[in-house]
Amino acid sequence: MELITPDFGLIFWQLLVFGILFFLLAKFAWKPIIQSLAEREQSIDEAIKLSETTRAEMAELKAGNEQLIASARAERDGLIKQAKEASDAMIAQAKLDAQTAASQEIEKARVAFEQEKASAVAAIRKEAATLSLDLAEKVLKSQLKDKAAQEKLVTEWMADVKLS
Amino acid sequence: MPIKTFLKKMYFSNIILGLLFSFSSFSVLANEEAVAHDTTQAHADSTSHAAAPAAHEAESAKFDPGKLILHHIADEHDWHFFTIGHFHATLPLPCIVYTASQGVQIFSSANFKNEHHEEIPYNGFVLEHGKIHAENGEKVYDFSITKNVASLMVSAILLLVIFIGIGKRYKENPHRAPKGIQSMFEPIIIFVRDEIAKNNIGEKHYRRFMPYLLTVFFFIWFNNMLGLVPGGANLTGNIAVTLVLAIIAFFVTNFNGRSTYWTHIFAMPGVPKWMLVILTPVEIVGIFMKPFSLMVRLFANITAGHIILLSLVSLIFIFENAALGLAVVPFSLFMNVIELIVAFIQAFIFTMLVSTYIGAAVEEHHH
Repeated sequence: MELITPDFGLIFWQLLVFGILFFLLAKFAWKPIIQSLAEREQSIDEAIKLSETTRAEMAELKAGNEQLIASARAERDGLIKQAKEASDAMIAQAKLDAQTAASQEIEKARVAFEQEKASAVAAIRKEAATLSLDLAEKVLKSQLKDKAAQEKLVTEWMADVKLS
Repeated sequence: MPIKTFLKKMYFSNIILGLLFSFSSFSVLANEEAVAHDTTQAHADSTSHAAAPAAHEAESAKFDPGKLILHHIADEHDWHFFTIGHFHATLPLPCIVYTASQGVQIFSSANFKNEHHEEIPYNGFVLEHGKIHAENGEKVYDFSITKNVASLMVSAILLLVIFIGIGKRYKENPHRAPKGIQSMFEPIIIFVRDEIAKNNIGEKHYRRFMPYLLTVFFFIWFNNMLGLVPGGANLTGNIAVTLVLAIIAFFVTNFNGRSTYWTHIFAMPGVPKWMLVILTPVEIVGIFMKPFSLMVRLFANITAGHIILLSLVSLIFIFENAALGLAVVPFSLFMNVIELIVAFIQAFIFTMLVSTYIGAAVEEHHH
């Protein structure tokens, strides 16, 4: 029975001490603890949300960058290809032009050479004819200056004629 | 903190805990031995004076476990730690008594003992069965700092030092991860908040009751555990303490009662009118039954734990066989560990039930 009879003194002290304990703990312990726990949770929540949005933004940015890079690369490839084609075409054209020009030149030179040759040959022929005529005239003149020589020649020719 | 050092610390504290409990078993053993010794001695003395029959002597010299156990779970006016032979390690505590004729008197409880450790009257007061009575039969109002009150104050100081220290750390760097003792209590505080308060009171109102619930929870838990320490007082196993806790719970619940709460008590909706004649008295009794059950539950659980432990140890003295200690000591060690769990569970249940009562009181109409 004594066990379940509450002591008046202990009731008094329990009320007093528990009351003071509650007051002090509520003011100096639970208030900052609960408050900062809530704050910390909130800040962690916010940080997580922020990191998620940042991650999404980063992914978006990365995708955009990749697209940009891909298009730039495609453009570059196109440009290079175009340039190469143009240069190839230019080189081919130049080669062709050079070839035709060269062959034309050669043909022209050949034609001119032929003409030169022909005219030269004609001139030489003409010269040779004149020269030989002059020579023959000169020879005839010199040989037929005196009488004796003319006679002798006639005789020789006669001899030749006779012989032939 | 690196995990390795943490584990090392844990390991170290486990060893301390183990030692504490083995010591607790032994200290109880030592106490019992001393008490048994004392009683035989006292009886031997009394018999030599009274020259009683030998049969009576043998019977009365017998170890009385019931008396011993009740003495151990009851309050005392001095804090007795252990007795070795004739040396009594006792901390005398201040007695504060009020009588109508003498007014308030403060004196040491050591005055009630003479040099032979026998109880003597002092200044018109006698100490009988741990209670102070006036020799002239006057009513005595006893506000003494008894063993339980001293233990109550020790636990209050312990709680203040620990939790104000933790609170300071939260105030200084609220966004930092907890460390040290803070990281030990933070999960428990969050447990009380999320599992007990939020679940039972509801998101809207729970914050108001957090200081009260946390104080109750840690007060009960700490004192339950302090009661398990060798030489500790059986504070939460004392009906006066649980009575005050229950009364506070009663007021907290009913002062926060909303209209829904009171209509459920006085005019339960959806029930035939004539049924209210039966229901309303039942509900009114229920208001008082709830805190009453809180009071009895905590008191009975903690006291029962102490009784079991003391009974186990008493077995050795009942059978007068030291070899029994080989079985009893490990078993009481096991019971001690169970009591550690009970210490937490009872704190949890008390807080849990109070918050369900508060939850019912602050609930708003939503039919």
